[in-house]
Amino acid sequence: MRGLRKYAFKFFWGVFVLFIMGFFLLPLLWLVTAPFDAKATLRVAIPSKFTFANFQAIFRNTFAVRALFLNSIVIAGGTMLGVTLFATLAAYALARLNIRGRDILAYLLVLFSSVVQGTAAMVPIFLLLFHLKLIDTYPGVIFVLIGGLLPTGIFLMRDFVAGIPKSYEESALVSGARPWQVLRDVLLPVLRPGMMVLAVWSFVQAWGDFLISLIVMRSPAKMPAPIAIYSFYTEGGTPVLTLVSAYSLIYALPVVFLYLFVNWRYGFRFFGGIKGGGR
Amino acid sequence: MQKKPSSLVLSRSTGLIFLAPALLFIALFLFFPLVWVLIISFTDTTLTGPAAANPSFVGISNYTGLFDFSRWMRLGNFGNALRNTIIFVLGSAILGQVPLGLAIALAFHRRKGLLREIVFSLATIAWILPGVAVAFAWIAFLDRDFGTFNALLALLGLPKIDWYFDYPLLAIIIFNIWRGTAFSMLLFSAALGNIPPSYWETADVIGASSWQRFRDIIFPLIRSNLFTALILVTLWTFNVFTPYLITGGGPLYRSETVPIYTYRVAFKFFEFGKGAAIAVVMMTINFILASFYLLMQRRRVG
Amino acid sequence: MKRVHYLAVISLGLLIGVSCLAEPITLTVTSRAVRGGVNTQLVEWLEDTVFPAFVQWMKGQGKDVVVKFIPFGGSDEELKQQYALDLKVGRGADILGFDGFWIPEFDAAGLVKPLDEIVGPQVWDWDGWAYIPQGMREILGYKGKVYGLALGTDVRVIFYRRDLFEKAGIIPPGSGLRWQPRSWEELLNTARYIKKVLPDVIPLQINAGTDMGEATTMQGWFMVLLGTGIHMYDFESGKWYGEHPGILDALNFYKTVYVDEKLGDARLQLISGGRARTFELFRDGKIAMLVEGDWFWRSVLAPGSEWAIPNRNEVVDWAMMPAKEPGAGYRGQNFVTISGGTGFILNPNTAHPEEAWALMSFAFSREMQLEFQKIEPRIRSRTDVPVVGDPVMSEMARALLQYTTVRPMLPGYPKISYQAQLMTERVVSGQMTPEEAMAAYAEALKEIVGPENVIVVKVK
Repeated sequence: MRGLRKYAFKFFWGVFVLFIMGFFLLPLLWLVTAPFDAKATLRVAIPSKFTFANFQAIFRNTFAVRALFLNSIVIAGGTMLGVTLFATLAAYALARLNIRGRDILAYLLVLFSSVVQGTAAMVPIFLLLFHLKLIDTYPGVIFVLIGGLLPTGIFLMRDFVAGIPKSYEESALVSGARPWQVLRDVLLPVLRPGMMVLAVWSFVQAWGDFLISLIVMRSPAKMPAPIAIYSFYTEGGTPVLTLVSAYSLIYALPVVFLYLFVNWRYGFRFFGGIKGGGR
Repeated sequence: MQKKPSSLVLSRSTGLIFLAPALLFIALFLFFPLVWVLIISFTDTTLTGPAAANPSFVGISNYTGLFDFSRWMRLGNFGNALRNTIIFVLGSAILGQVPLGLAIALAFHRRKGLLREIVFSLATIAWILPGVAVAFAWIAFLDRDFGTFNALLALLGLPKIDWYFDYPLLAIIIFNIWRGTAFSMLLFSAALGNIPPSYWETADVIGASSWQRFRDIIFPLIRSNLFTALILVTLWTFNVFTPYLITGGGPLYRSETVPIYTYRVAFKFFEFGKGAAIAVVMMTINFILASFYLLMQRRRVG
Repeated sequence: MKRVHYLAVISLGLLIGVSCLAEPITLTVTSRAVRGGVNTQLVEWLEDTVFPAFVQWMKGQGKDVVVKFIPFGGSDEELKQQYALDLKVGRGADILGFDGFWIPEFDAAGLVKPLDEIVGPQVWDWDGWAYIPQGMREILGYKGKVYGLALGTDVRVIFYRRDLFEKAGIIPPGSGLRWQPRSWEELLNTARYIKKVLPDVIPLQINAGTDMGEATTMQGWFMVLLGTGIHMYDFESGKWYGEHPGILDALNFYKTVYVDEKLGDARLQLISGGRARTFELFRDGKIAMLVEGDWFWRSVLAPGSEWAIPNRNEVVDWAMMPAKEPGAGYRGQNFVTISGGTGFILNPNTAHPEEAWALMSFAFSREMQLEFQKIEPRIRSRTDVPVVGDPVMSEMARALLQYTTVRPMLPGYPKISYQAQLMTERVVSGQMTPEEAMAAYAEALKEIVGPENVIVVKVK
């Protein structure tokens, strides 16, 4: 009887896992079949006319290529560096300094950031950047994105940092290391996995940004990929499926590679949780 | 000169230096727009039209206009958007992403191997792919005539579902579950991983069943993580805009959530005064929800 | 030491001075167009033909100019928003591709100005004005002033598939006869007949709903409403029709087509991206009649387009939209249509108003416009630039320009247009009855323009 229950349990587990795999995989299939089909439709099918011509057409559109391989990378990369660096520093400071009400502050900031990332804040951001002479510049977009992502970034890092026992720093200091040495040799390696996750997360957020770039950028030479994808629409405002699917695929790949790399090298996990336990 | 400051590596001044850049960015690119939004929510500011040249102070009329109870539930008005959003958040976050993420984390708890890597990677990829790309993929997936979902149903001999026409809200709920589960999954996976093995050994020794393990070991230990997940996921889901790329808020505003409604008000007619009021209301609702979660989290922690 | 110092300063000064003199003037033009993408013909015409010729011409006058086109690949709404932001802070390209009916709201916000206020009265010295009639000037005009020049105008018709009509026996095959309904009843009867004889085909599709935006108002609502004898706006009194028997008749037309008799597929009007689907279905012969603008012919069905029909001249034909009954249409007409238009305006913030105007008037010279006609034949704003190369377009122009009217150029129009779209959507989806929808429309209008500007004619 016990064996039957165990068997049934395993069976349901297997069904569940299969279902989950299918659930996450199926919607993505179109992105890997349609770009290779000369007559792409919304169907997922083995391409009737297998071709790389869609990609060739994409690469002829220099505006879109530049958007993806230059602009998106600069914007997402800059944001990633800024958020990772500043959020880690701030999270560490918050975790180690005993500032009163820091928890509430963290929550409030996350709350406020949600307003600013919406469309309502479009105009003040535009006006602010205009007065700072940052319209149509990479730093303009990057700064706004950093500002919007920092609160959540700090929030995510905070738990991670808080989970690192002070004993690491204490013992290093006791053995005579100067503070900045402690930072570099002890803390950084320990913080690194969390920073990697933060880096991926912030890169991904910035990589997908549409609204801020639309407001800030003016020259087509600086527009990132989500805006450039509209150049593959017809005059009537409908997407040309062959081109749009190919571009979407190329646009999706960098973040996938980034994730796979970080996952392989550092392990992509969250490290928050209960203090005082082994890992 | 302090011999032993409150923190060891960090003196107070160094700590503030560490905080400085983040605070600068936040002050400039968060607080300033926020204050601006607050102020103009009491005006009739627009970008074009007569009010653009001469915006005037209109008191709370932007707010009362949102809550005009005689009309607000009409499709296309705020009440409708709010109701849709509540259903959306309930369905895709509270009853969707968080439990599903937990279920996956539990299913692979203490199991390593290829299967785990595949499942986790797939879920995470769904989470990190750029919105534009997944929007297209989902438009294709749920298309009535050509979509993969209906193709599967056909294989099973079931009739087609016209998702975007008949069940648009449900469609975006399912989409959002797909999109965001990874976060909860990763969070709970980490939390579960932090439970000391001794607990499991004890459970084995006393022969606890799976349900008992869950109720008595797992749940209490991950309780605070549960609330963290709920807060963040609720907040994010409340504000997510990607579904717009799939249904456009339609048909007939049946899948219009508050962010999409804000976008329509602010972009179509550039009515920023109204848009600002909506944003402030949203933030207030989020604040109430977050406070509620925090209270629940703090209770009985002792 | 001092002499060297002196020399350095002078040479530096000279260098700066000379470079200032030699600095070419850069003019920028922007529009919703991308080479190889949306509106590619516009880019080709400008960059390959107009700009080089203009630079050459200017050189001959001793001026050094550089002209650049700045593409924009987003949607119309996004472009409008960019313009609003740019103009607000004094930026933007020198010449902007603009839709005429944006002008009232931009002007009310102080963001755009009439041509003669930007350049000066010498604007009127241009010889092209003699060939641009009043009606054409009004496309980019407001309150009697002219803000820019229109690339052309357009008309709306009923496109129908000859092959399906012949198959159904409405037109004897090979007869060359053309179908032309003279009333709504004839139109509906044709639709009913097709529904009976060709059950797999959608007989009639006419735009409704908010998803298609202004396309609903122009190709759908106006086409039906004008047939009842009224416009959306009464130009004489300066008021908007909120309730009127004509509006009710128009709504009942929609109800007949989409709700009662299912002569059209309501779903296509209500889902996101439905318009593209209607193009697809028409191309594949699944829709028999589609009410659209001439843009549909010259761009959507044209060879090389995504929905191109290879033998379009044989299988596609068009008919004028009839009034409800002969003589019952707007201005007592038997047939109705409406025209819109986009074109270019001058940016009031431009650093070089004279040169920018020179460029614009150059682009709208007879020679340049004829060049454009070669690439994209359509109804142009100059009377001395006929439609060439496309007899169907010429015929449409000839037949319909006499019946056409324009949208009211007022700041409130976009919002009211949206209310009209919403009204049709509510009826077509069955959400409201025509009476309820009209009442809601009138209510919304009163809020937008004030109750004193809304005409209410009760239906008996």
